[in-house]
Amino acid sequence: MVERKRIDDKTGTSTVGHEWDGIEELDTPMPRWWLVTFFATIVFAAVYVVLYPAWPLVHSATAGVLGWSSRGQLAKEVATEGTRKAPIEQALARIPIERLPENSELFQAAVAGGSAAFKVYCVQCHGAGAAGTKGYPNLNDDDWLWGGDLKTIQQTLANGIRQPGNDATRMSVMPAFGRDAILQPAEVQDVVSYVRLLSHQEKPSEAARRGATLFANNCVACHGPQGKGMRDFGAPNLTDGIWLYGGDRDTLTETVTNSRYGVMPAWGHRLDPVTIKMLAAYVHSLGGGEAFVPETPAAVAAATSNPEAATPVAQPRNVQP
Amino acid sequence: MLQGAEQPRAPVSWIGCSSEGLMDNIITNAGAWLLLAILALFGAALAADAGFAVHMGIMAIAALAASFLTMAKGDFNALPGRFAGPSALRSRYYDDVIRWGVIATVFWGVVGFLVGVVIALQLPFPALNLNNEFTTFGRLRPLHTSAVIFAFGGNALLATSFYVVQRTCRARLFAPKLANFVFWGYQLFIVLAATGYILGITEGKEYAEPEWYVDLWLTIVWVCYLAVFVGTIVKRSEPHIYVANWFYLSFIITIAMLHIVNNLSMPVSLLGSKSYAAFAGVQDALTQWWYGHNAVGFFLTAGFLGMMYYFVPKQAERPVYSYRLSIIHFWSLIFLYIWAGPHHLHYTALPDWAQTLGMVFSVMLWMPSWGGMINGLMTLNGAWDKIRTDPIIRMMVFALAFYGMATFEGPMMSIKSVNSLSHYTEWTIGHVHSGALGWNGMITFSAIYYMAPRLWGRERLYSLRMVNWHFWLATLGIVLYASSMWVAGITQGLMWREYGEDGYLVYAFAEVVSAVKPYYVIRMVGGLFYLTGSLVMAWNIYKTIKGDLRQEAPMTDAAFDPEADRPVVRAPAAGTPQPAPAE
Repeated sequence: MVERKRIDDKTGTSTVGHEWDGIEELDTPMPRWWLVTFFATIVFAAVYVVLYPAWPLVHSATAGVLGWSSRGQLAKEVATEGTRKAPIEQALARIPIERLPENSELFQAAVAGGSAAFKVYCVQCHGAGAAGTKGYPNLNDDDWLWGGDLKTIQQTLANGIRQPGNDATRMSVMPAFGRDAILQPAEVQDVVSYVRLLSHQEKPSEAARRGATLFANNCVACHGPQGKGMRDFGAPNLTDGIWLYGGDRDTLTETVTNSRYGVMPAWGHRLDPVTIKMLAAYVHSLGGGEAFVPETPAAVAAATSNPEAATPVAQPRNVQP
Repeated sequence: MLQGAEQPRAPVSWIGCSSEGLMDNIITNAGAWLLLAILALFGAALAADAGFAVHMGIMAIAALAASFLTMAKGDFNALPGRFAGPSALRSRYYDDVIRWGVIATVFWGVVGFLVGVVIALQLPFPALNLNNEFTTFGRLRPLHTSAVIFAFGGNALLATSFYVVQRTCRARLFAPKLANFVFWGYQLFIVLAATGYILGITEGKEYAEPEWYVDLWLTIVWVCYLAVFVGTIVKRSEPHIYVANWFYLSFIITIAMLHIVNNLSMPVSLLGSKSYAAFAGVQDALTQWWYGHNAVGFFLTAGFLGMMYYFVPKQAERPVYSYRLSIIHFWSLIFLYIWAGPHHLHYTALPDWAQTLGMVFSVMLWMPSWGGMINGLMTLNGAWDKIRTDPIIRMMVFALAFYGMATFEGPMMSIKSVNSLSHYTEWTIGHVHSGALGWNGMITFSAIYYMAPRLWGRERLYSLRMVNWHFWLATLGIVLYASSMWVAGITQGLMWREYGEDGYLVYAFAEVVSAVKPYYVIRMVGGLFYLTGSLVMAWNIYKTIKGDLRQEAPMTDAAFDPEADRPVVRAPAAGTPQPAPAE
C-alpha cells in the first residue's frame, strides 16, 4: 500500500498516510489538557508513594514519610474512642444495675449503648423494633415471662434461657402432654377449650368445663390456679391475650401436645458485663420495664442457686429434649 | 435463509488443497473427536461426583456431534463443485464463523440479561429463590455475570475480532477450521460453565468460577484463538497493523496469562470436579483481583476498544481523530492497567504498600482510559450531525460517553477515602453496570447492527427505527439502573458508617437492607427495559438475516460497498478478484 498523506477537508488536519479498509487516521496532536492531566496524575502518584507505604523491599516495604499505616490508624481511633468512653464504662461497671435509674445521665448512656448492641446481637430474633415474632417475645410490652426489672433482665441476658451447662440459666420444661400420653387427644382438646375460655376467645362449654378439671390437675403448678402464669418458671400468663406461639386452637393443640422449648443464648459468655448492663437498660427502657423490688436473701438464693429444684414437681423427668 | 446456519464451508485449507489430503484429514479429525467422546464417557462413568458426571456427559455429546459433523463432510459428492472456483472463494473473507458469532452474541445477550432481571427480582423478593438449591441467588448470580461477560461479551469479541482483523489486514482468516473450533469450543466452555454454576460446581473465584477441567478446555480454545488471530496478522496485506488489532491482540494475550495464573489449582481427583487453588489467604485474594480487575481491563476495556476503533470510524465514515493519541493511550493503558488490581482489596488484610500501589496506578489510569473516549468521540469531527440522524452512531456515542463516565468513576472509587464509603455497597454494582450496560452493551449492539447486513449481504438492516427504539429502551434502562444503584450505594455506605453522638453505630444491618429495597425494585425495572431493548434487537437481527426489509420512513445509515469488502489478493495466480456472490 502506498502511504498517501492528504489534508482532511472537514478538519483541515493532515492524515498520517495509512489506510485500512477505508479507515484513515488524522495526525492530530494529543489534546493539551489530556497530556497535562495525565502528567498531573503521575505527579500525584509520585508524591503519594513517598508519603505512604508503597515500595516492597526484601523484608518489609517503605513506610512512607508520614508514618501512616492502616493498622496504626485503626489503633489510634480505637484508643481515642476508648478514652472518650472510659469514664462512662467505668461508672457503669461500678454501679449495681438496680441503682442505674438513680443516675439519669448514666442511664441514658447505657440505653444508647444497649440500643447499638441490640442491633448487632438481638435483632435477628427479636426484630429491629424489638417487637418479636412467633416464638420470640415482644420486648416492648409489659408482659414478661421471667420478669421485667433491670436486675432480672440482666440475669436473663447473662445466662440465657434453657442453656445447657449453665447453672444460672432460666430453666423450666413444660411436659409434652399429648406426645407423652399424659393426656389423651380428647383431653388435650378439653384443656385447649379451657385455655381459650381463660383468654376470652370462647364461650363456656362442656369441653371447657372438663378442661378446667384437667387444668387444675396438670397445669396450675406452673400457670397458677387462675392461669396467670408464674415468673419463677417462665410460665406465661394465659389470660392476657398475648401469645408467644399463638392462641388459636391449632397452635394451642400443638403447644399442649408437644410442648415448647424456647431458648436464648447466654450472652455473659460472649459480651462484657458493661454491654450486658447496657442491653438490660435498653430493653428495660422499651416500655415495659418494671421497678426493682428487693427480694429477701433467702428467696434470691432459692431462685438462682438451684433452678432444678425450682422446677415443678409435676414435671416428668423423661421429657428432656 | 441462514447462510451462517450451514455447516462451515470446506475451508480453503491451510493444510492442503488436494481432496485426498482433505479426506485423510477428515478421517483423522473425526477419529480424534470420537476418541475424545469415548474418554469423556469413561470420565462420566467413573466420576467421583454427580456434577463431574454431568459435565463429562455434555463433553461426550459435544465431541460426538463434532465427530459426526466432520464425517458428514467426508461424503463429498459436491467436492469438485466446492473447488470449482477456489480463487473466488479465496478472494472472500471467511465470514461463516462470524455469522455464527453474531447469532451467539444476540442469543447469549438475551439469556444473560434475562437471568440478570431474575436475580434483580430475587433481591427485593427473596421468595423467588424458589426454595431449592438450583435457583438460589448464589448460583444464578455467576450464571448472569458469566453469561453477559463471557458468553455475550466473549462472542462479540470473537466475532468482531475475526471480522476486523480480516478487513484491516485485507487478508482471509488464517486457519478457518481452527477458527470454527475456537467458536464451537468456546460455546462448549460456556455451556460447561453455566451448567456448573447451577449444579454448584465452583472454584469460588469471582468471574473465574469454572473448575479445573473447564479451565483446561478454555486454555486450549484460547491458544487456538491466539493462533488464528496472530496468523491472520502475519499474513496481512497491509504494511502496518491497525490500532484495533493492537487492542484485540493485547486482550487475547493478557486474558490467556490471567486465566492460567489465577486458575492454577490441584484437582482432588482426576475424575472429580473439585480442586484447590495453588494460592491461599491474601495471596489468593491478590491473585484473584489481579485477575478480576484485568478481566475488566483487558476483556471489557481493551477488547471492546478494538471494536470501537473499527466500527466507529466505519459507521461515521470519518478518519480516526488522532494517531498519536491512539499510540500513547494504548501503551499507557496496557502498562498501567495490569497493576491496578489491589484497589479491590482496600482496607483488607492486603499489606498497605500493595493497596497504595493499586490506588496510584488506578488514578494514573484515568487519562489513558479517556484517550479511547476522546479518539472515539472526536472521530465524529465533521460528522456530528449523524448523532441526530443515525441511530447506530447515537448508540456508539452513548457507549463512549458511558465508557468515559465509568473510567472516571473507577479511578475515583479506587481512592482510599472514597473506597471506604463505596466498597461493599451497591455503588460498585452501579459502577460496573454503567460500564457494562452503557459501554460494552451499546458498543456491541452497534457493532452487530453494523455487521449484520454486511455479513448476510442485505441492502440494509430490517429496521433502523427499531434500532432507535432499542437505543431509547436501553438508555432508559441504564439511567434507571445506574442512578438507583448510586443512590442505594451511597445510602448504604453512609448508614453503615453513621455513629451517634454517644459513639455508637446508629443502624443495624437489616435496617440498611430495608432502606435500599425500593432501589432494588427500580434497578429491576431498569434491567427490564434493557432486556426489552435486546429483544427488539433480536427480532431486528432475525428479520435482517431472513432478508426482510421493514417499510418505514428512512433514517440515515453508513453505505455498504460490497466491492471494497474483500482481501487484497497479492498472488497473481489467484486470479483477478471476482465480485462476491450475492448471499
